[in-house]
Amino acid sequence: MEKKKLSLIVFSGDFDRAVAAFTLATGAAAVNWEVTLFFTFWGLNLIKKNKGHAAIGRGVLDRFFNFLLGGRNNLPLSRLNFGGLSPRLMTGMMRGRNVATLAELIAAAHELKVKFVACEMAMNILGIKRGDLIDEVQEVIGVPTFLQYSQDAQVMFI
Amino acid sequence: MVTLDITREHCPMTFVKVKLMLAKLNRGDTLDVVLNRGEPLENVPRSAAEEGHRILEIRDAEDPCHVVIEKA
Repeated sequence: MEKKKLSLIVFSGDFDRAVAAFTLATGAAAVNWEVTLFFTFWGLNLIKKNKGHAAIGRGVLDRFFNFLLGGRNNLPLSRLNFGGLSPRLMTGMMRGRNVATLAELIAAAHELKVKFVACEMAMNILGIKRGDLIDEVQEVIGVPTFLQYSQDAQVMFI
Repeated sequence: MVTLDITREHCPMTFVKVKLMLAKLNRGDTLDVVLNRGEPLENVPRSAAEEGHRILEIRDAEDPCHVVIEKA
C-alpha cells in the first residue's frame, strides 16, 4: 500500500509551534505516514547545532541576527513568553503531565525516520552553513525539491 | 512475549513507542501492548495492521486493555 505523506513547512521559531510541528510529525510517522519537515526562516533555529546563542554567519549582520535569535534552547513562547521564562515552565509542565518534551519529540522524529530538510534560500540570507545544522538534517533544498517530496502529500505551514 | 505499557503515555508517544518497539523485535515475535481505551485502543491495532503486523488478540473487556501483535 502506498504510504500517506505529510509535509510540514516549519517557518516559525516559536516554542509552542515547534511542539505542534513535531507532535504532528512524530504522530504521523508512528502511524506509518512518510513525513518531511522543511525548516525555513525562524524554523532554522530549531535545527541549529548550537542550542544556545551563537554568533554564526559570514557577515556582521548574520552574526548579530543569529546571536540574538539563538537556538533550540532560546525558542520563545508565541504568547506570554515572560522574557523566555515560559518555555522552561512549559517544559516542566509537560514533564509533570508525562507529555513528551520538544527534545524528546525531536529525538523520536529522527528515530522514526522523519525527513529533516533545510531551506537553502533562508540559510543563505541568515548566513547559516550546512555544518551549523544538526546531523539529522538530511539535505539542504529549494522549492522544486520540496514540491517533489510533497507530491500527493498533505502540506501544512506552521 | 514482550510487554509494553503505554497507559501513562499521551499522544503522540503512545503510537511512537509501539512503532519503535515493533521495529526492535524480530519477525514472529509477539508484543503485548497494555493501553487505555479511546484513541490508543482504536489506533494502535489499526496502524500495526496497516504496517503488515498480525493482531493476535484484543482484550478490551479488561481495564487497561491489551492488544497482542505479532511482528511481520
